[in-house]
Amino acid sequence: MDIAKIRSDFPILSEVVYDKPLAYFDNAATSQKPQVVIDAISNYYTHINSNIHRGVHYLSQRATDAFEETRKKVQKHINAEHIHEVIFTKGTTDGINLVASSFGQNFIGEGEEVIISNMEHHSNIVPWQLICAQRGAQLKVIPITDQGELDMDTFRKLLNKNTALVAINHISNSLGTVNPVKEIVEAAHEVGTAVLIDGAQSAPHMPIDMQDIGADFYTFSAHKMCGPTGLGVLYGREEWLEKMPPYQGGGEMIKEVFLDHSTWADLPYKFEAGTPNISEVVVFGHALDYLNGIGWDVIQEREQALLHYATEKLKQIEGLKIYGEARNKASVISFLLEGIHPYDTGMVLDKLGVAVRTGHHCTQPVMDRFEIPGTVRASFAFYNTEEEIDRLIEGLKRVKTMFA
Amino acid sequence: MSIEEKQIEIVDEFSMFEDWMQKYDYLIDLGKSVPLIDERYKTPDQVIKGCQSQVWLNAASNGGKVTFTADSDAIITKGIISLLIRVLSNEKPEDIVNADLHFIDEIGLKEHLSPTRANGLLAMVKQMKFYALAYQSKND
Repeated sequence: MDIAKIRSDFPILSEVVYDKPLAYFDNAATSQKPQVVIDAISNYYTHINSNIHRGVHYLSQRATDAFEETRKKVQKHINAEHIHEVIFTKGTTDGINLVASSFGQNFIGEGEEVIISNMEHHSNIVPWQLICAQRGAQLKVIPITDQGELDMDTFRKLLNKNTALVAINHISNSLGTVNPVKEIVEAAHEVGTAVLIDGAQSAPHMPIDMQDIGADFYTFSAHKMCGPTGLGVLYGREEWLEKMPPYQGGGEMIKEVFLDHSTWADLPYKFEAGTPNISEVVVFGHALDYLNGIGWDVIQEREQALLHYATEKLKQIEGLKIYGEARNKASVISFLLEGIHPYDTGMVLDKLGVAVRTGHHCTQPVMDRFEIPGTVRASFAFYNTEEEIDRLIEGLKRVKTMFA
Repeated sequence: MSIEEKQIEIVDEFSMFEDWMQKYDYLIDLGKSVPLIDERYKTPDQVIKGCQSQVWLNAASNGGKVTFTADSDAIITKGIISLLIRVLSNEKPEDIVNADLHFIDEIGLKEHLSPTRANGLLAMVKQMKFYALAYQSKND
């Protein structure tokens, strides 16, 4: 892989901040965009912009074709059995809320249980708390080990015929843990329970195969995959989507409307109310092309190399503790310098041009589990380099002397 | 010294620093010398929660003037708190309520007070003014 060429594809990577070259390690929050994606935005508004699915005119057809072309690309990328199992949402959070609301109102009953884990993002906790409260169901939580892995024995004990749904992330955004989702799905299906996977952190790092994982729902965001903000994908298995009522009303989701009742459009439009994020969807197709062009095996190999390099270097800093030491990890490292608040560390690194995330990363239960106020998180993408990691290490040494 | 004069003094002090590291070194020093809140006030209902750092704040009235003490779990936050206390403490309630804290922006620390940073500092300023308002109505 030609790293110089790849970095030149991303204009923002040559930004200078506070007179220092930028080292961007907040990829778990959002990824940067290559020039082809930036150009696609301009191209969309210059040559394609029109509302889709209803216009009889040339531009409307062109926009519709471009929009549906991306759906095809997504289907292929995630190996979904049917194209109508790909629903465009506002993002991962929106996808989870769609399932919590639509599946929840109909398939989570009083006295039933929903299983989540201690390492979920707030987006995969709060919607379930809300729907459980509405339906009189109970929320059960899979604990995590000191290494930051799911306690699978307890998971199997929690699982029973009364479990309405298991909602779990594929990769933890604060610990980097890659969870055994296929195993979780198999165990859940044995007792007839559906599974939703929050793929916000997995989709940017690996190809995802719906037919292999076998999950009933899988959701992720475009902006973490070199694509635009405000767009996500919800994969839903046809048999569930057919049975579920619409999430929101209006626009493309209707078949017929009478003043006293309405009928719903076919999948996937039943779940895409209103004018969708047309430009974002079209642009996301270009982001997928770009990532496919590099190759997912290359991306994975590169990010794993950066993870190992950074882990080894960080371990050499005295008084630095890494949180999340799972055997199977993505390129996300959470850590703390002994006696130094993560906010202080992050503020100084920022002024040295090193962008990390600090705080609880919207996973407060993880911080409570480890009894810490938050962490400093460096998350790497394929366009990061060892030299940038060296600057992080130098910065941390500086932080140590400043706060000593 | 008025609130305005104190702000000008701080802006002056910060103009001597050549880079960010010097500013932060200074804030870290200040952070270590905040008029610390009495431990008995460091209770959950005195805490101002933020995504990044937590701030504890207490106010007292002394001969018609309001004095503040505070603490935070992050030192840079503590440093900024000490500046806020220097500017607003021992002032009349109505002056605190009406204060325009422009110095934060002028010394380049505006980002710490942005609402989206959610580090507790903006909430702390609001809380300081809220206390002042309460004392003001008591005096009226």
